[in-house]
Amino acid sequence: MDPLLLVLYILLFPGILFLLVYALFLEYVDRKILARMQNRVGPPLLQPLADLVKMLGKEVIDPRGVDRGAFDAAPLLAFASVVTAFLYIPVVGTSPLSFEGDLVLVLYLLTIPTVILFLMGWLSRNVYSTVGGVRAVTQLFIYEVPFFLALLLPAMMAGSWNISTIVQWQQGHLWFAVLQPIGFVIAIIGLQAKLERTPFDIPEAETEIVAGPWTELTGRRLAVLHLAMDISLVVGSGLVAALFLGGPLLPWDLGNAWLNGVAGFLLFLVKTLAILLVLVTFKAATGRIRIDQLNDIGWKYIAGAALIQAAGVLILSAWWVST
Amino acid sequence: MARVIVPVGPQHPALKEPVNFRIIAEGETIVGLELDVSYNHRGIEKAAEQRDFTRVVPLLERICGICSHSHGTAFVKGIEEIMAIAVPPRAEYIRTIIAELERIHSHLLWLGVAAHEIGWNTLFMWTWRDREAVQDILEEISGNRVNYGMNIVGGVRRDITPELNKAALDRLPALEAQIAGYVELLKKQETVLLRFQGVGRLTREQALTYGTVGPTARSSGVEYDIRRDDPYCAYAEVPWDVVTDTHGDVYGKTIVRIGELRESVRIVRYCLEHLPEGDITVKAPRNAPTGHALSRYEAPRGELSHYIRTNGTDKADRLDVRTPTLANWTSVAASLVNQNLADIPVIIAAIDPCLSCTSRLTVLNPQRTSSTEMTWEDLRRRARELNRERERC
Repeated sequence: MDPLLLVLYILLFPGILFLLVYALFLEYVDRKILARMQNRVGPPLLQPLADLVKMLGKEVIDPRGVDRGAFDAAPLLAFASVVTAFLYIPVVGTSPLSFEGDLVLVLYLLTIPTVILFLMGWLSRNVYSTVGGVRAVTQLFIYEVPFFLALLLPAMMAGSWNISTIVQWQQGHLWFAVLQPIGFVIAIIGLQAKLERTPFDIPEAETEIVAGPWTELTGRRLAVLHLAMDISLVVGSGLVAALFLGGPLLPWDLGNAWLNGVAGFLLFLVKTLAILLVLVTFKAATGRIRIDQLNDIGWKYIAGAALIQAAGVLILSAWWVST
Repeated sequence: MARVIVPVGPQHPALKEPVNFRIIAEGETIVGLELDVSYNHRGIEKAAEQRDFTRVVPLLERICGICSHSHGTAFVKGIEEIMAIAVPPRAEYIRTIIAELERIHSHLLWLGVAAHEIGWNTLFMWTWRDREAVQDILEEISGNRVNYGMNIVGGVRRDITPELNKAALDRLPALEAQIAGYVELLKKQETVLLRFQGVGRLTREQALTYGTVGPTARSSGVEYDIRRDDPYCAYAEVPWDVVTDTHGDVYGKTIVRIGELRESVRIVRYCLEHLPEGDITVKAPRNAPTGHALSRYEAPRGELSHYIRTNGTDKADRLDVRTPTLANWTSVAASLVNQNLADIPVIIAAIDPCLSCTSRLTVLNPQRTSSTEMTWEDLRRRARELNRERERC
């Protein structure tokens, strides 16, 4: 790819600028649909942007005894890692930056915000934040294993650790959502848990521990970390769309590169919005479970289901190879 | 794991009113609780002694925003007992209708709050939407959504005309359908069952030991309802059942409250359909004879009692209000032990606490720099001093 085009890809479209706009748009859609499900009016289109701008302009308060440098840096690190992760997600056709193993990189980068939340909890020197941080990392250990397993199974079947190659494999075969239905469900549940949405909003349970690790965050720190979570939603749903729903590639060729690109982009939008719709319905229909209950459910059922799916994939792959 | 003290309140997102809990936790398990409930002493009892019987009723309605009719009715009922006047049956029926409508909106509000405590905001939004139907009926009848101003010593201030009666009856089927929907929903909703069942359990013995009242007691299998045990207004004439449950946990309290919603709709419908003809008020004397009365009333949260002492003037000599929340508080401390830290909000919310109504006493030093606690001995000494003062003058 032309270096200039590559810079444009990273900075403008479908890189950082598009990502910011789409993250705020997805937050709007999330809030609006949830509001309509709850019989409320919901926010106007530009409300997430207005919130972001407002929070960026607010005073930054340092709690007593807090390491300011680390407190400032942590949200930026979370932001940077999720933005980096997005560059490997196929949005228009395949990603030009893709390499063998980018799936593992994206998964690790997606984990960083949770680790940052844990760090914020300890840095805040606040009992609510500390409890929230501990809960965040406990929850991480519960959902991360089945989530990783579910997301790595498509790679196993497609025989590549490259997200774009997995997408291309699905172009020729079936969607992995059809081939690995249990894995798809686990991926959706894991995404919900990763984004700390009900019923997995245990680390920031408002009625119990105020806002968990977020409690002492103000001003631009809050704005940046909040934006990082919005971007996580885009990256997470884009990743699930790529791995399980065929990503932005059409099964047939439209004959024109531009036309293919536009169609692929529209597919990306439709698929991520569809995943968001599932996540919102899940959020509206459930209350928050307790961390010990999540531990039971996570290790007994979700991890068990992931192992069953893994066994299924192994058998299917063996059969595939033999025929 | 080390012991941590988690402070909750007086300002905390889970609390709508000021109260302070110091929760001693080991990891995520609660091992102890310290309570400080008196943050909002408003001196209403003293203010009530300064006003005559007509002007004191609106004041007492403002003890609580949710059970405003309860406080008004409990007071006028006691005064009428001291004055020995008979209230017309139509007024008794109207009081009953308002009381039950109040119970419906209070329980619907509680259901939403309990769902919010476990993070299920959808149910919260839905119950508060349906509560509007009750608020509309109350507004049509009394002109107000809260603080209805219906009571006066000797009867009620507003009549329910045939048109109002029909309008209210027309709204009931939709409300009943919604309540039936919630019954089905709560039986099936997985996260509600996970978070409510077995949480904050109070055995029948504990419920009796701590002197709990209302839905808190009834959910532990204690069949105790003032409306049946000491009937007032029109309850003796209306067919209805006391709702009890044996779970004793948050789920049991939910079942009792939902059952009471159905019973309340039944009572309201019966009263509206069988509203007796006649006056809505009798002329009450200006002064009450010397005497005293303990007026008991089943408020949405449980037994509310007003102790009234009169001295032959047009003002109460002493008014003592015991709200249901005060009776239920100690049971919270018992049901919290060995529970999970995450269950604190829902266990506290399960008794439907009304905190500012409960604050009856505050001790301040003259500089108003700190408040202290009074022990039982302090209270007795204070009572002796007050009695001596009274005897001297």
